[in-house]
Amino acid sequence: MKRQIPLMIVLILGLLFVAHVFIPSKISTDYLEWFMKWTKVIGPFAIVLGVFSLVYVHYNKIKRKAPNWGYSIVTLTALVVTTAVGFIWGIQEGTPYMWIFKNFNVPLGATMFSLLAFYIASAAYKAFRARSVEATVLLVAAIIVMLGRVSIGQAITHWIPDITEWILNVPNLAAKRGIALGVGLGMTATSLKIMLGIERSYLGGKD
Amino acid sequence: MTETIGIWIAAFLTLCMFSFLYKDNPFYKFAEHLFVGVSMGYYIPYTYYNAFIPYAYNPLFLKKEYILIIPFIIGFLYWFRFSSKFSWVSRYPIAFGMGMVGMGVPMSMHATVLVQMRSMMLPLDNINIILIFVGTISILLYFFFSKAHEGVYGKFTSVGIWFMMVGFGASFGYTVMARISLLIGRIQFLLGDWLGLIK
Repeated sequence: MKRQIPLMIVLILGLLFVAHVFIPSKISTDYLEWFMKWTKVIGPFAIVLGVFSLVYVHYNKIKRKAPNWGYSIVTLTALVVTTAVGFIWGIQEGTPYMWIFKNFNVPLGATMFSLLAFYIASAAYKAFRARSVEATVLLVAAIIVMLGRVSIGQAITHWIPDITEWILNVPNLAAKRGIALGVGLGMTATSLKIMLGIERSYLGGKD
Repeated sequence: MTETIGIWIAAFLTLCMFSFLYKDNPFYKFAEHLFVGVSMGYYIPYTYYNAFIPYAYNPLFLKKEYILIIPFIIGFLYWFRFSSKFSWVSRYPIAFGMGMVGMGVPMSMHATVLVQMRSMMLPLDNINIILIFVGTISILLYFFFSKAHEGVYGKFTSVGIWFMMVGFGASFGYTVMARISLLIGRIQFLLGDWLGLIK
């Protein structure tokens, strides 16, 4: 009941999906349509888990007066205000909800990811210092691709954009293809393991 | 007026985030926690209006498709995750979603194995196609651990490492450039939209 039924659900739905791909017919198309329709109904309920988890963590930090608990008030206030604004005024263009998205979410997200430009550079320096021939190959390929994507590369010599194109279309393609073949086989094996109930860690829990 | 306030808030938050380049500080912590709250707050109404209303509420309550009561109930079962005694009930909606892996078997085999192999099996009539062929085979053999990587075989598999290093270098270069373009965007915002120093 606790494990067997979920495993049976995965096996039966999984086999039906395999049949859907190999036996194209109206029944298999209807099955896919039915599954997608039900998944779209079930999906939104999962967001409650995320919200509850976030509120629970920050509420406990405030309650216990844990270090930096004041910032948890910021998180919960932002959560409540943004949600309330979305439900009161709607989410169309021109509403306060979109104003918050444009002036809070967008700059915070873009700046956070742009910070990685600095850290990726220092991490690269530490990781790729040309200690071996292979590391040097990586470093040279990265530098050529970076230069080939900006106008300064063209200004240095017109060879750089050409070499960049060659790197991307030949050795890079070979590398991506070799890795993709391995990933594909791995995905197939993992999917089979899940379907057959060999891999069941997604069920969580002990019993 | 609202636009000006918005620009000043966005500029302040951008600077708060950039302050982390100096060191972790209260301004960065404030911006970081605000980001988490606002992001989650953004997705709640978004999911409600774009997923729950059109795919769950309207079909069930307006179009009277009563069969959808079943997925409604399955969806509710997610919430048993909060109960220590009945958390196993939440495995049912998870299992329903996991059924999709059945599609993964033939689709991943087709898209990432068969299509890639078909693209590789071309007449070896120019140097680039030969290089791609040799590179792919040497990478695959590099990950084949049933035979010791020594002698001629070992030398051939080490060619695979070279191809992978070039591939990783190219991916790294692309990632750096994507981050740099985001950084340029933020600098343009600060100097252009906020301070008006550039047009």
